[in-house]
Amino acid sequence: MSWWLSPNEAEALLLSLRVAFWSVLIGLPFGIAAAWLLARRTFFGKTLFDSLVHLPLVVPPVVVGYVLLITLGRKGFIGGWLYDTFGLSLIFTWRGAAIAAGVMSFPLMVRAIRLSFEAIDQRLEVAARTLGASRIDVFFTITLPLALPGILAGIVLAFARALGEFGATITFVSNIPGETRTLPLALFTFTQTPGGEDSAIRLVVISLALAIAALIASEMIARRVRRQIGS
Amino acid sequence: MGRNMLDVAVKHAFPNFQLDVSFAAQSAGITVVFGESGAGKTTLVNILSGLTRPTEGRIVVGGRVLLDTQLGTDLSPDQRRIGYVFQDGRLFPHFRVAKNLTYGYGRRRRRTERRITFDQVVNLLGLSELLERRVTGLSGGERQRVAIGRALLTSPTLLLLDEPLANLDLPRRRAIIPFIERLRDELAIPIVYITHDQDELIRLADTVVLLDHGRTVASGGLENTLSRLDLGGLTGGIDAGAVFSVSVAGHDDAFGLTKLNFDGGELVVSRLAIPHGTRLRIRVRARDVALALEKPRDISTLNVLSGKIIEMSSGSGPQVDILIDVGKPLWARVTRKSTADLALAPGKLVYALIKSVAFDRFVEQS
Repeated sequence: MSWWLSPNEAEALLLSLRVAFWSVLIGLPFGIAAAWLLARRTFFGKTLFDSLVHLPLVVPPVVVGYVLLITLGRKGFIGGWLYDTFGLSLIFTWRGAAIAAGVMSFPLMVRAIRLSFEAIDQRLEVAARTLGASRIDVFFTITLPLALPGILAGIVLAFARALGEFGATITFVSNIPGETRTLPLALFTFTQTPGGEDSAIRLVVISLALAIAALIASEMIARRVRRQIGS
Repeated sequence: MGRNMLDVAVKHAFPNFQLDVSFAAQSAGITVVFGESGAGKTTLVNILSGLTRPTEGRIVVGGRVLLDTQLGTDLSPDQRRIGYVFQDGRLFPHFRVAKNLTYGYGRRRRRTERRITFDQVVNLLGLSELLERRVTGLSGGERQRVAIGRALLTSPTLLLLDEPLANLDLPRRRAIIPFIERLRDELAIPIVYITHDQDELIRLADTVVLLDHGRTVASGGLENTLSRLDLGGLTGGIDAGAVFSVSVAGHDDAFGLTKLNFDGGELVVSRLAIPHGTRLRIRVRARDVALALEKPRDISTLNVLSGKIIEMSSGSGPQVDILIDVGKPLWARVTRKSTADLALAPGKLVYALIKSVAFDRFVEQS
């Protein structure tokens, strides 16, 4: 058995990395905003909002995929608008896969960032205000840098989760080679194909390596940043 | 009201606490707001800095209205230009010392608002060795010096120090007080200094504001305010005493003594290692003063000051506090029995005896 990836397998790996990258990039601003709201604000319907954010963690991924399909599909009320206005189609595309991965990894990202917002000494923000910084200024120069360990941890966790996304992806954007067949989908396909065992093993090893690397990276980054900001 | 540097009159209602504070300072210099914990000091500080909005009030600093609830003026903390030094320093852990210092400086965009330079502050507070250090590696005293520098670099129109020495041990306090005195002498901005420490009050105050249960019970010059008998309980039951501003008039090397002059008299104390002409504040504790009706002879006590009794405390305790005018107000604490035996009463001429070793506090004044 060769340890080198076949072109099909390499394609799935690269696609997965691209999908995960974009899912995290697009999810991050929303993740920071949601984490901040949950950590710092009280508002009507906060509990409901909190539940909604966490929903992808507990709902069967197929359900999330199906909800995406009926809202973001071309006949869906958001998907239809996107298609009519921008000519943008998410269904059966790698962009749709990124959305599905982003939604599924969102709760993990928010949890990590929220914890770090909650750990910040808010008296430092008050001090910054008395030094002439506006609220928004304080957020970008004090709050966000101090939350950096949590944000980085959230990014890495969400990235790892996005790499492994399966159920919502296959439901929403199907399993199209080169477009939406990410690593887990390719692995699934190989296990269903006679003679695909070698390919499957190689993809399993890669998946494991990526996951372990992500967790180690997350821990190292967090340790380094913690040392830098001295907490 | 005239052109005061600082005018404060604020009221704030909490569910079970009322704050009603007013005071003014005519010139730059240190206004010490003194009170026990629970007196409302922190609330006052938060109102001054704009972190708490009072029910009603008016705050004017150097002619600039920061708050006027009647006019609807209420500047936010970042617009008030008050340099707030917190009890706990609150340095930013993700910046080095230099960047902590310049945080507020960079936020004064208009050059004309910048009245103090980075180098001036570094020199004033002796920070040059610390600039590249991480904040987490600083000692308590260094942290507070950086915090003061950071506040100063916002070019504040008022410097607000909220118990800046409370978390420091005695040697560090002693080390940092001269820096605060330099601020007073070299910057023309009013300083409001919050404390519950009597030594800091006596050493630093030009103007005193006494707070008790949310109210200003007295405000004014240090000596006059502290001499008020009705404030005895507030200015420290144990350590009640008079504060004298004196200057060194000479030394007696043969006997190891130093003569101190004050308006209206002279005191002799154990030799002080400070030069002729130096001004100091000393405290004479009430419990170290004895009274006699006739000028005593053949007595070891070197300091005998005569004066009339101005006021006496009333009450049923075993002790009576007596205020005597010896050119300055002087306190004596004697037993109720002695008061009766000597028939002490306001207006009576008495001799106050103070042992030369009884001056427990000598504080250098620049």
